[in-house]
Parts: sequence; C-alpha cells; structure tokens
Amino acid sequence: KYIHIINKADMAASKGLKILVGCKRVIDYAVKVRVKPDRSGVVTEGVKHSMNPFDEIAVEEAVRMKEKKLAGEAVAISVGPPQSQETLRTALAMGIDRAIHVEIPLAQLEKLQPIHVSKLLAKVCESEKPDLVILGKQAIDDDCNQTGQMLAALLDWPQATFASKIEPSQDSKQLRVTREVDGGLETIDVSVPAVVTSDLRLNEPRYATLPNIMKAKKKPLAKMSPDQLGVDLQPRQEVISVEDPPVRKAGAKVESVEDLVGKLREKGLVK
Amino acid sequence: MQALRRVFALNQNASWTRTVLATQQKSCLLSSSSILDIGIGLSAEKRQIQELALTFTQNEVAPHMQKWDAEHIFPVEMFTKTAALGFGAIYCKEEHGGSGLSRLDASLIFEAIATGCVTSSAYLSIHNMCAWMIDSTGTEEQRAKWLPQLAPMSRLASYCLTEPGSGSDAAALKTTAKSDGNYYVLNGSKAFISGAGATDLYLVMCRTGADGPKGISCVMVEKDTPGLSFGKIERKLGWNAQPTREVVFENCRVPKSNRLGPEGSGFGLAMRGLNGGRVNIASCSLGAAHASLLAAREYMTVRKQFGKQLAEFQALQFQLAEMAAQLVSSRLLVRQAAQSLDSGDPGAPAVCALAKLHATEQCFDVCNRALQLFGGYGYLLDFPVQQYLRDSRVNCILEGTNQVMRMLPCS
Repeated sequence: KYIHIINKADMAASKGLKILVGCKRVIDYAVKVRVKPDRSGVVTEGVKHSMNPFDEIAVEEAVRMKEKKLAGEAVAISVGPPQSQETLRTALAMGIDRAIHVEIPLAQLEKLQPIHVSKLLAKVCESEKPDLVILGKQAIDDDCNQTGQMLAALLDWPQATFASKIEPSQDSKQLRVTREVDGGLETIDVSVPAVVTSDLRLNEPRYATLPNIMKAKKKPLAKMSPDQLGVDLQPRQEVISVEDPPVRKAGAKVESVEDLVGKLREKGLVK
Repeated sequence: MQALRRVFALNQNASWTRTVLATQQKSCLLSSSSILDIGIGLSAEKRQIQELALTFTQNEVAPHMQKWDAEHIFPVEMFTKTAALGFGAIYCKEEHGGSGLSRLDASLIFEAIATGCVTSSAYLSIHNMCAWMIDSTGTEEQRAKWLPQLAPMSRLASYCLTEPGSGSDAAALKTTAKSDGNYYVLNGSKAFISGAGATDLYLVMCRTGADGPKGISCVMVEKDTPGLSFGKIERKLGWNAQPTREVVFENCRVPKSNRLGPEGSGFGLAMRGLNGGRVNIASCSLGAAHASLLAAREYMTVRKQFGKQLAEFQALQFQLAEMAAQLVSSRLLVRQAAQSLDSGDPGAPAVCALAKLHATEQCFDVCNRALQLFGGYGYLLDFPVQQYLRDSRVNCILEGTNQVMRMLPCS
C-alpha cells in the first residue's frame, strides 16, 4: 500500500498541486464502427483515432488549474500502443508540461483491462507522487467506468467521480468537487491526494494552437514498459464474440391508449 | 467537448436532412482507407497540425457552410477564431505574431478548412498571402505596424491586381499612382476583389512609372481613405460566403510610406505572392474534392437500386477509383509545389503553376462526378456536393487562369 502525506497548508499558498492526467487513445467518436468478420472485435486498422473525449476534458481541467495557480505541474500519462504518443502530444499542445507513455505491446493490447491500467497508474503514482489524478470518467470504446475507481482503491485515496466542477474547499485545505449523479448534483469535499474523474460538463476543451504545437515538441516525453513497472498484464477476461446490435425491427402504430395498453399486456410487458 | 455537444444539439434542433448530412459529413470524412488518408506521406508532426485544422473545421466551419452560402454571410467571427490558433499569418515570421511555419503547413491547413467551406478557406489564404507580402518586403515600420493586426485577423486584407481591362494580361494594368510630394494619388479601378468592402487593408498594384511590369508598384491603401470606394457586391455562382466587388480609386491620396518595396518592384512582388497563392488555392480545391469524394462514397453505401447498394456496381466502383486517382495525384503535386517554395527551388514558380493547373481541374472534376453519383439528390441545395462544385469552379480561373498556368512552365 502506498501512503503519501503532503503539507496540509493552504493550497493557494503552496507551490500548487501536482496533477497527473490520464489520456487514452480511442476510436474517434464520429467513426462508424464496424465489427471484424471473425467477430473477435471491431476494426481498428486504418480507422481514425483520437483522445478519449472525457480525457480531453481532464487535460483541459488540469491546464485550467495551472492557469488559476491551483496547480504547479501537470503531467499526462497514456497506457497504450506506440500511437498513444500522438495522444500525448495533443495533451502537451494543450498546455501539459510533460508526458509519460507506458507502451503496451500489440499482442497484449486487445486484452488490456481497467484492472491492469489502474495497477500501472498506481505504480507510476508511487514515483511521481501527484497530489491529484484526473481521469476521464470512462473511455468511449469500452464504456467501463472503472479505472478511476480502481486506482483510488489501489492507492487507498479518496475518489470524486463524475466531476462537473473542481475548486478549493472553503478552508482551502481540500478540494470541493461537484458530482453529477442520478439524483442531481452532489457536492463533496475530498482531501488530497485524490482521484477525480471528469464528466461532460466539467469544461469545454480548448483547441491546441500552432505556437503551442511547436512548443510541445520540446516538452519531455518519457517511455516506460509494464515490465519496468512490475505489473502483470495477464488477462482476467476472455472476449468470446463481438457482434452488431440486432437490426431494428419495424414498430406498429396504435389508434388509442386502450389499444396501447392491450398490446403491452399481450407482450407481457404490463400486468 | 464541443463536438459531442454539437452532435447532441443537432439531433434535437436541426431538420432530419441536416442531421443526417452533418453526421454523414463527420463520419465519412473520418473513416478512411489509406489511399484516401488525407495525411498520406506526412510526418507525425505535420499530421498533428492537420489534425488541429480538421477538428476546428468539423466543429466551427462545416456546420455553417450551407448557411453562409445561402445567406451570403462573410464569417468574420470564425476567421478571428482561426487566427487565435495561428492560422492568420501561417508563413510569416514569429517576430510580429506570425506562426513561422512552412508553405506545406499552410497547404495542409487550407485543404483541411476547405473540407468544411471552400470559400472561407480561400479568403483565409488570400489574407495570408497579403500578410506574407508585407512580412517579406515591408520595412521594419510597416511590418511592426501591420503584422500585429493582420496575424490575429483583427484587421483583414485584400489583394488588388485584376482590373476590368487586365486579367491575364496583369502587367497591362492602368490604375495610376501619381507622385504628389509625400503622397501618391491613385486613380483607376480594380475588379473581382475578394473581401472588398469588408476588409481593412488593400494591397494595390498600381502604375508609378512607365508601361509594362517595371512601372508597377504595390501600395497599401487603408479602408476609409478618402477617394476609396466600392462597387456593388457581385452576384456569383459560388464563393457566396465572401463579398466580391470592384474597388474604385478617385484621387485617392495614399502616403508614400505605404508603398511596399521600391518603386517598380510591385509586379514582381505580386507574382511572388501568387506563387504561394496558387498552392493555397489548389489546396482549397483538394479539400473540396476530398469532402465530395467521401460524401459520394458514403452515399453509395446507403442508396439502393435494383436490390443492391450503389457501392456494389462495378461501373460506380470504377468511378470512385478514378476519382481517388485524380485526388491523390493532385494532392501529392500540390504538396510538392509547397515544398519547392519552402526549399527556395528556383524552379518553384513553374511547379506551383503545374500544381494549380492540375489540382483545380482534377478536383473540380471529382466534385462533378461526386454530384453525379448522388443522382437527383446531388442537384438539391440541401446536399453539400453542389456547393463544393460551385465553390471550386472559380479556382480554375482566379490567381491566374489555368490557361496562363499552361504558359508559365513553357516560358
């Protein structure tokens, strides 16, 4: 178990939080995803990929916290294939200070699960010692919504998921996070270090600018392997098949409410 | 993020056609096999710049393309946003706010933006050309005064060479600039000026000396200078998102300190500006063809006749293959021309002329074929290919007609 104690003095007066931001390279949201003919997965070759939209929001939040002087350093990390470096360069061009790429060999990539990623991130947290980890709430390819929660559990850190707002708490010793939950908005105070996951309405990410893209080329990008971090990537799950959702069948129009209720009863959907 | 929100909003507000088109436009522009990869042959760094321009275009340009055309809106706000990304003075030096990038980077950016609106990308390229003319030839005072305004596009520029009596025969221009103490007095008129009336600074090629190219100088005229006026807004087949007007000079007094470069150097400067301008306009044609080709390809997987998707008919598959050959060959030639300019190759002007000639003609043909593949729907204004077609048609004409482009490599 990793324990990290920081000076609980006023956050504004300190050098600022050190933030670690997770970025995942996923198939672009607008691509029409196609299932592979052998039904083992979806087609990724030659398909446009980009940074997971929730991770873009996480990166944006980290950069804004730096601009507000709440944070001193922002580091981006991506666990993925060699092409994840492009994702990291995007983060650097948005204002992140440096990047870490944990490169996963192609053979193990398809079987990578949130449990593995969270273990890798936890290991990196041991050496990097961030005060705050911001991850996207979920990736749009697998929709797992697990990595942030698992990471917090592994580190034994508080977690504030589905954040729509992050600010210093009233006494400035903690973070006040507003969460989007089914019942509405929940506001909690978490002490740092903590894991926060970003939701859609946290912010609107900026575009990189040409000057920032040029500057980002000089920012450090370190590479690591799962072996170096001592994490076992043995898969815990086996994907049996991936299929298209069933083709939508035609519906039927009914004339009255009575007809509707009758039909629902017929189908056993209503008693 | 903006893109996700836009998809949610589209599904609620817009009409069915628009929603389908918008999502089609996005998805079909994004899924690509390697021959249609818009980043073909590019390094990771160039792809990143292209990526930025494409994302910006998808979010801020493409959704408005049809409206700007229908309502004749010159999207100044959108230009300001492009300038905030560094697109206002792409190949000007960083000293006064330029981005210090190459002609190839500029080509990628204009091509990307043209996939969302050819007209807007074309104006952006004209503005960039003017900024470069000042950056490369201006005095320190002129650069320090104008570039900090042109780079962020808080002031916009227009390029004035063509006259009612001199198009291809540009050196025969008649607008005079007579010396009067520390001023020039301009008399004459320019025709077909892009952005005229809406822009702030006019780079005017005018006659300060004898007949012929060596008597021509380039003078910067600011909007609201007494004696500067504009004709009516021309009604055009395309480029409706941009006003095109005559620019009229009647005893228009302009300080001599507004002259760019020595007297008699104006024609050479204008031609040097056009070399880059030709690469840029050709890049706009690439964007139009790319978007049209992908739209047609997408449509062919949706439309069925005789019990099959259009995409299953070999005759139509062959159409797509030919269109791909036209597009990719144009793209490679345009990027080569850009690189020739970047490397200072003395043969660059001829390569630029070839690239402009080839790309504008081939890409217009690609748009035309794409329209045919859409069948009857291609003819409706609701569908985007007709706009790419109309907007890219003029690219074969301006910045040097394609007939003049055939002359240049021979001379």
